Amino acid sequence: MNNQNVIEAQKLTKKFGDFTAVNAISFKVKKGEIFGFLGANGAGKTTAMKMLIGISKPTSGEAKVVDYDVYTQPELIKNNIGYMSQKFALYDDLTVRENITFFGGIYGLKRSEIKQKAEELINELGLHDVASDLVGSLPLGWKQKIAFSVALLHEPKIIFLDEPTGGVDPITRRQFWEMIYKAAHEGTTVFVTTHYMDEAEYCDRVSIMVNGKIEALDSPTELKKQFQVASMNDVFLKLARG
Amino acid sequence: MSISVQHISKSFKEVTALKDISFEVKEGELFGLIGPDGAGKTTLFRILTTLLFADKGTATVAGNDVVADYKQIRNSVGYMPGRFSLYQDLTVEENLTFFATIFGTTLEENYDLIKDIYVQIEPFKTRRAGKLSGGMKQKLALSCALIHKPKVLFLDEPTTGVDPVSRKEFWEMLKRLQKKGITILVSTPYMDEAALCDRIALIQDGKILQIDTPETIANQFPKKIYDVKADNMYLLIESLKEYSHNHSVYPFGEFVHYTDQRDDFKPQELTAFLQSKGLKNIYINTTQATIEDAFMELAK
Repeated sequence: MNNQNVIEAQKLTKKFGDFTAVNAISFKVKKGEIFGFLGANGAGKTTAMKMLIGISKPTSGEAKVVDYDVYTQPELIKNNIGYMSQKFALYDDLTVRENITFFGGIYGLKRSEIKQKAEELINELGLHDVASDLVGSLPLGWKQKIAFSVALLHEPKIIFLDEPTGGVDPITRRQFWEMIYKAAHEGTTVFVTTHYMDEAEYCDRVSIMVNGKIEALDSPTELKKQFQVASMNDVFLKLARG
Repeated sequence: MSISVQHISKSFKEVTALKDISFEVKEGELFGLIGPDGAGKTTLFRILTTLLFADKGTATVAGNDVVADYKQIRNSVGYMPGRFSLYQDLTVEENLTFFATIFGTTLEENYDLIKDIYVQIEPFKTRRAGKLSGGMKQKLALSCALIHKPKVLFLDEPTTGVDPVSRKEFWEMLKRLQKKGITILVSTPYMDEAALCDRIALIQDGKILQIDTPETIANQFPKKIYDVKADNMYLLIESLKEYSHNHSVYPFGEFVHYTDQRDDFKPQELTAFLQSKGLKNIYINTTQATIEDAFMELAK
């Protein structure tokens, strides 16, 4: 694998019976890139992402994530990536600090490291007043910001974000993206799905999946040029239903 | 008035979900409640559909009081909750027949109203509701909410988590329903959908920030707003936040929306500042405020 790439997929395919959910997708993601992974509901995004994070075996094709093979080294992949989704990110019945400690432990950090990282995280997000509160009692926007930071605790090479900002208020949504920019700036690769098309514009490159295939892949500027439209929303509307 | 809400408040233990909410929706209007998760939208829907008592205030729906006349309201409104609430183990057709029977009607009697929507899921009418895709579930839920020809339709975040193409189709359906005389109260966290409503209420933390037509809310934005762009987005945002005269700095698609504290702001000065931070290809130009800009300014 080219050492500038942290994901390389070659004809990656997943079939369920006679249904092809992901149909021979090929793409590369560079180190430090913010890569937007878009598509309509049911286009195959989640299935593709599950293969890349090592929790679903491909039917055929190749993929390497952080130098590791998705067929033979899924555990090494899991150790080297972070993941958060809208649906599951933190335990509502644990406090903020307990969540940090728990996930730090899961990712194999030492006690002293966890303690130090927890303080850093609480400081950075200004969480002193709520560090001992149950996560379930916090507003969604806060939870998502904490979840993002927790997913970065073990300093992963890539972070996978599955609709991280769904339903979040506009100001917090932007603060969240500023955190993404910061992580990318510090060298973490960000792989993100979203239904907000303005967020697609924030990505360095964007792929759009339609019926299991990647039908477009380029920077937002180039995609808009290619489809002769003014916004990523229009690119999406032109492509997503063929 | 189709819906009238007067000084409604509601708390759950120490959490105040709604604080003194008042607004009115005219007959045949498509009215949007625009706000993020936790704004209080669902609580308000539950009060208006008679599923929850308010602590204070009064409300009427289609001329009926939400407390005294709750039975009439239940017969005359359709409600599509945010969470998929149909019977997962019944088929598409069974769900529809079930809801029609409960309301003393039949699928045939009101087929005209749901036809546009139902034809899209009819090929799957023997499939169990739990096995449908997200988009199809949404269409079935809307069909079930319409089966008794309601006067008022309540839609709680019908498009959350739905892709832009399906969202567009859904709003086209709503416009067609509105033409048939149904009053629609719809909530959404997507600010771009606000522009599709006749009037909107911006809501956050249980309080209404503003009520008006989407155009008026956008046009009333109090500041001159600028699109700013440069070669490095991260550095651009950091630099703009550092600029001591900034009033607001928000990433907005390929641009950053910037407002300045001063009335006599000169873009050249900002260009010079950004250059001193090492940014290149700097672009600064005035732009039109959107509903989202207005919302963020009000919520600040």
